[in-house]
Amino acid sequence: MGPIGENEFFFLMQGLRWTVLLAIVGFIGGGIFGILIALLRTSKTKVARTITAGYIGVFQGTPLLMQLFVVYYGVALVGVEVNAWIAVAIAFTLHASAFLGEIWRGAIEAVPKGQTEAANALGLHYVSRMKDVILPQALKISMPATIGFLVQLIKGTSLAAIVGFIELTRAGQIISNQTYRPLLVFGIVGAIYFIICWPLSHAGSGLEKRMAKAAR
Amino acid sequence: MTYTFDFGAVLDRAPELLWGSLGTLGLALAGMLLALVIGILGVVARTSKSEITRTPVIVFVEVVRNTPFLVQIFFIYFALPLIGIRLNPTVTAIFALGINGGAYAIEIIRGGVESVSRGQIEAGFALGLHKADVFRLIVLKPALRAIYPSLTSQFIMLTLTTSVCTSIAAYELTSAAQRIESDTFRSFEVYFTVTAIYLVISTLMMGLFALISRHYFNYPTR
Repeated sequence: MGPIGENEFFFLMQGLRWTVLLAIVGFIGGGIFGILIALLRTSKTKVARTITAGYIGVFQGTPLLMQLFVVYYGVALVGVEVNAWIAVAIAFTLHASAFLGEIWRGAIEAVPKGQTEAANALGLHYVSRMKDVILPQALKISMPATIGFLVQLIKGTSLAAIVGFIELTRAGQIISNQTYRPLLVFGIVGAIYFIICWPLSHAGSGLEKRMAKAAR
Repeated sequence: MTYTFDFGAVLDRAPELLWGSLGTLGLALAGMLLALVIGILGVVARTSKSEITRTPVIVFVEVVRNTPFLVQIFFIYFALPLIGIRLNPTVTAIFALGINGGAYAIEIIRGGVESVSRGQIEAGFALGLHKADVFRLIVLKPALRAIYPSLTSQFIMLTLTTSVCTSIAAYELTSAAQRIESDTFRSFEVYFTVTAIYLVISTLMMGLFALISRHYFNYPTR
């Protein structure tokens, strides 16, 4: 058994950096595409609705790990020589866009119909109606679920370890193999995830409770 | 660069994929059952009056829900032998899936139990219903109906999560895929095919759950 010293801890922190970066990139990228998906999913065009429904269905009906593998090896086939980091980031972006798109579709539909009608009566066109009237309200409604998904995404980045990407969990695996102290190492790794995720979960459920109270 | 797809190399291994799929279904089913048991016991402890039983359940739920399944399964995989329990990877995986799913089930079931209002129970007794009937018709069935959508989508999530069990070499579809990949080097084709299989599995499960719901919960609420 080897000791868990400064070097090991530093290695974990380096892994943590990639975990955080991956989650941020996935969330922002997924957020941008997710809004697009949500808008298409709620649009008047049937084709757009069907295609986005299929897109969401595929990502919600298959394991994240498989999505990682397919994108990882798929990107290489397209011919572009990309490094693992970009391939994994693309996979998380696609994954997040489907889930956030579905969450925000629900939120858009939860905004009272009268708001759309009022916006139409005021003569607002589609862009202004969405940007100034519907989306701000939908965003507020979706907040608890969005935060909930962010937590899921942060936990999900651990699967990049199976593809071989060195983030927090993979760093933990490597150190565990070196020091033969799996329980201590994975205990620390788990604690780090908990320290990040728990406040977010807490904020999300707090928000949900407050909103439920306000709605009553 | 041109790449020629060769799904034939994957289809040659169809029997392995079939067995892997059955392994996945078995893992998922056993995991769900364990999750349900943990969920029900957890709710009993969570809603009890004693703090000594409540607090551990709250801590358990928070810890499991805020750490990745992959870390949990590694932890369990290495922790069990230390307390003298030696299980094969597949049984360990069931254990991990049950613990993970159980934490979510506790929260879902608790919501359902709390959704049944006291007035309805009192109304049941006022109508002269037997205690067992009150429980079965007024508490259990509406509570089941209330939690059914979230519980079943959690079960589908659990089924998809079984793929992570490949990391401890449990017997299921993803580990079968990894074996085929390392033999054929047809990475994209293998994972594409297996992803499609997962999609079929989850779609069938959704259909089955919807069917059960339509038969069992087919009564008006107002």
